Amino acid sequence: MTEKQSIIKTFGITKRYGRQRAVDSLSFEVREGEIFGFLGPNGAGKSTTLLMLLGLTRPTEGSALVCGLDPQRKAMEVKRMVGYLPENVGYYGDMDALQTLEFIADLNGMTKKEAGDKIREALHTVGLGENGRKKVSAYSRGMKQRLGIAEVLIKDPKLLILDEPTLGLDPDGAIRLIGLIQSLNEERGITVLLSSHHLEQVQKVSHRVGIMIRGKMMAEGSIDTLAREKFGVGGKEYTLEEIYMKYFQED
Amino acid sequence: MGGLIAIYRKELGDYFSSYRFVILFALIAMVSFITSYIAAISLRESIAQDAMRGRFLFLMLFSTEGARFSMIQFVAFFGPLIGLFLGFDAINRERAHGTLVKMVSQPIYRDAVINGKFLAGVTVITVMIVAIVLVISGFGLTLLGVVPEVEEILRIAVYVVISIFYISFWLGVSILFSILFRSTATSALASVAAWILLSFVIFFGASAVANAVAPVDQRGGGDMETLMRNVQITETVSLFSPMVLYTNSTATIVDPKVKTTKSFILQGPWEQILSTRFQNPLSLSQSLVVVIPHLISLVAITFICFAVSYTVFMVQEIKM
Repeated sequence: MTEKQSIIKTFGITKRYGRQRAVDSLSFEVREGEIFGFLGPNGAGKSTTLLMLLGLTRPTEGSALVCGLDPQRKAMEVKRMVGYLPENVGYYGDMDALQTLEFIADLNGMTKKEAGDKIREALHTVGLGENGRKKVSAYSRGMKQRLGIAEVLIKDPKLLILDEPTLGLDPDGAIRLIGLIQSLNEERGITVLLSSHHLEQVQKVSHRVGIMIRGKMMAEGSIDTLAREKFGVGGKEYTLEEIYMKYFQED
Repeated sequence: MGGLIAIYRKELGDYFSSYRFVILFALIAMVSFITSYIAAISLRESIAQDAMRGRFLFLMLFSTEGARFSMIQFVAFFGPLIGLFLGFDAINRERAHGTLVKMVSQPIYRDAVINGKFLAGVTVITVMIVAIVLVISGFGLTLLGVVPEVEEILRIAVYVVISIFYISFWLGVSILFSILFRSTATSALASVAAWILLSFVIFFGASAVANAVAPVDQRGGGDMETLMRNVQITETVSLFSPMVLYTNSTATIVDPKVKTTKSFILQGPWEQILSTRFQNPLSLSQSLVVVIPHLISLVAITFICFAVSYTVFMVQEIKM
């Protein structure tokens, strides 16, 4: 198998808020075509890292390459290619799903006609085809997250950055959402950077994972590799949860 | 550019479909109806008595005190509230709902958000002011039976432009607070506090400063020079209030007989003689000359206020 190209690569990226180092010279890579599970406890600096990858926050030190571009300098180009679903994504409650997506398409500079087709397709993909005219405030949490995926699909992204998309979902909702993400990866070849606490689900779909604790990347690699590193045995013996807890306790 | 237009369009749609706009507009339309109606009635009586056979009857619709206040005074007092209501939750509501991050993660420049919001607000203000002025004018046409002269129309147009800047200044203030404060309640409160401070409290401050620097004997007496200094200081400090800038300039624009914004005591001897002897109106260009410093200040503070909001927004962390 040939070595795949990296779509995200960071070089000692650091973010300081006052004295506190939210992200501490972080270097990792995400390869093209994979699902990368981005794990870590709350407050480890994951969301800040993701914002820096989109050029929405300026790193104190270090740099990154996203789709071969520096997000600090080429934020527009990067944002055109990358779909980002923020943690606790919000909606305008008085709009329905179609209006919400039309606004996003408008922000992406699409014409009405282009947008119409894309919106219909995206709603169908995430399984909200029937609920297009329903006000978003009446949506369940699971439906809102699906709508969030539809929003990022509109621009035909090469890369999806999903920040805790399964947060607060019931097990069924989480499984279906992760399934949707996996099918996007397999059928359309979209690379996914997935931050989540649903370790069992992440284990099922991720090709590689990274564990970030207190601003640092403690481990990066396939689950098999990490298991070998920590327990000396192949990955099948241990769940991601056990590996994660091992790293977490050692810290 | 595309992002700006998209946000402008969305904001405008939000404004026009919001209860906030309906309530504001209903309130203002009602007050201006009543004010101009009473003003028109009293003007009609004066015409009947032949007391004022002069020109510019039409303009008096705006400057005559109807029920306790004239239209100009009404906009001076409550216009700021329009601006404040429109902007106090512009940014922090988006932040609280988690829609701000989503918006700026689309391929738009970050300033499109604040520019779009400000422009949409200014558009709403323009629509409101123009609508009200047209309503009053139409009312006046039927009640007074006079047709406005070209100069009157021009003066009203200038008045409308000044009013838009004045209210936009307050829109800028409230947008600034919506950037600085995370909670919409706090930013609303801060905006109203700024309004009270700059529109009412400042007068007490002005006289306090003046009396401290140049104390005047309240029972009369004291020399003329101290009295003049006292008045001068009071007026100078008052000029920090946008409301004073606005009332002074609009009073001069709408009433051609106003020849200066200075109080009588501060006018030179020739000015005093001229203003008492000659009652002929000024032309529009001369009226503009009288208040041009006020107008420039008003436009300047509006732009400065927006520039500060813009800068704070651009350097602020997008995540709280």
